[in-house]
Amino acid sequence: MTHEIIISGFGGQGVMAIGKTLAEAGMKEGMDVSWLPSYGPEMRGGTANCSVVLSRDPIITPLVQYPTELIAMNKPSLIKFEPAVVKGGLILVNSSIVEIKAERTDVRAAYVPCIDIADELGNLKVANMVMLGAYIEATKVVAFDTIHEMLAHIFTGPKAALVELNIEALKRGAACI
Amino acid sequence: MAKELWKGNEAIAEAAVKAGCKFFFGYPITPQNEIPEYFSKRLPEVGGCFIQAESEIAAINMVYGAAGAGSRVMTSSSSPGISLKQEGITYIACAELPAVIVNMMRGGPGLGNIAPSQADYYQATRGGGNGDYRTVVLAPATIQEATDLVQEAFDIADMYRIPVVVLADGMIGQMMEAIEWRTPKKRELPKKSWATDGTNGVRPHNIINSLFIDAGDCTVQNRKLAKKYQLIEQNELRYEITGEAEPEIVFAAYGTTSRIARAACMRLKERGIKASLFRPITLWPYPSEALKAEAMKPSVKAVITVEMSMGQMVDDVRIALQGAKPVFFVGTGGGTIPVPQEIEEEAMRILGR
Repeated sequence: MTHEIIISGFGGQGVMAIGKTLAEAGMKEGMDVSWLPSYGPEMRGGTANCSVVLSRDPIITPLVQYPTELIAMNKPSLIKFEPAVVKGGLILVNSSIVEIKAERTDVRAAYVPCIDIADELGNLKVANMVMLGAYIEATKVVAFDTIHEMLAHIFTGPKAALVELNIEALKRGAACI
Repeated sequence: MAKELWKGNEAIAEAAVKAGCKFFFGYPITPQNEIPEYFSKRLPEVGGCFIQAESEIAAINMVYGAAGAGSRVMTSSSSPGISLKQEGITYIACAELPAVIVNMMRGGPGLGNIAPSQADYYQATRGGGNGDYRTVVLAPATIQEATDLVQEAFDIADMYRIPVVVLADGMIGQMMEAIEWRTPKKRELPKKSWATDGTNGVRPHNIINSLFIDAGDCTVQNRKLAKKYQLIEQNELRYEITGEAEPEIVFAAYGTTSRIARAACMRLKERGIKASLFRPITLWPYPSEALKAEAMKPSVKAVITVEMSMGQMVDDVRIALQGAKPVFFVGTGGGTIPVPQEIEEEAMRILGR
């Protein structure tokens, strides 16, 4: 199937990084991929989102109108994009800061307290990786091993310890599904 | 070769480096800032030079200078910045120098906004500067095609001694797609015997100039340019046709909107409507004959042009068809992107279904 994903949140929450990681993992597994950021005159603390398409077929357009999955890292994102999600689609909500629930009954929703989990792991910066773990577990779109390999490639030398931290974050996120 | 994930702007800059571009002169403007940023780091690694000029006008004149000295050189900007470069571009065209100019179009007119647009079509294809001149205009629709075309743009520029414009938009600049690095088909390029690269005290001076103060001389130069443009029209036309072989509707769209029109083709297919997409890759020269051949198929009832403008390329579609088939337009200006449903509904309306 074709996954058309919108990942949205505050600038600084790592929504672009979730999208890039998914796109790169999809590419490594032989899928056609695209990553399209919103790039308005935004600043830190403002809203940011990106559209990611992962498909076994050639991607026609990178624009996502009706996402098959929505990752809402903050409340405005859930309110804005929930109506666009396709029937039977998936909504993942960062329940650490989003106190409301998805209203629709024709989609699946899961709640991931990713900031709380990241806090327990001792590094708030991995909250996005917790959410990515939940997403991958829910969709099985790519293998965790693929992400593991990518992390080992990114974090080397003095940063090598971050690989295990990120893997743990992915696992804790997956356990929420 | 393994695929790599690249952002459009960065891929374009790397493609230029791979094509042997050694000089980049530019001035920042969203949504193309990753191009100069990438060059600023990369060009010193290959023995080249990056300069952030004091203005777009200074930058294009630095391009004029480096091109005159025979180097592969590029500048990039976005719509308002490209407007500022027009004086330099017409000088470069008249002096017959090779250069590559990338325009990541944004909403206009005026200072507009930073969202994707295709409203600089007239400027790029008609010549935004003064006088009778042309620039080759290449319009990529994917990051892969952007990297392929940027590399080839340098060859085309050298082949014909002409400025080549790569015309894309903010979406192509900002998005990431998987690409593989390919090299363009090899061309026999003429030696740059005209370059002002030093006489070594041996050969006569070369002079680069766009001033032909005698009207007779200027006419000779105009005729020379016109002959060159005819040659380019014969040799460099590019386009792609996708979709149904016997379409009722032909869409004409380039770059980003061609992808949206393609999505509309697929939606129409699900409703039992046959459609094809004519995608010009060279906007000048414009592949008029090929478009006409597609539109003249007996099955075709109408041609619909789709643009992120209020209707510019539609003029070239009308010129190509010369009234032979009805031409319609779907577009949106000022930085918004049309959705496939709008295009699909226009097709249904035209077909009366």
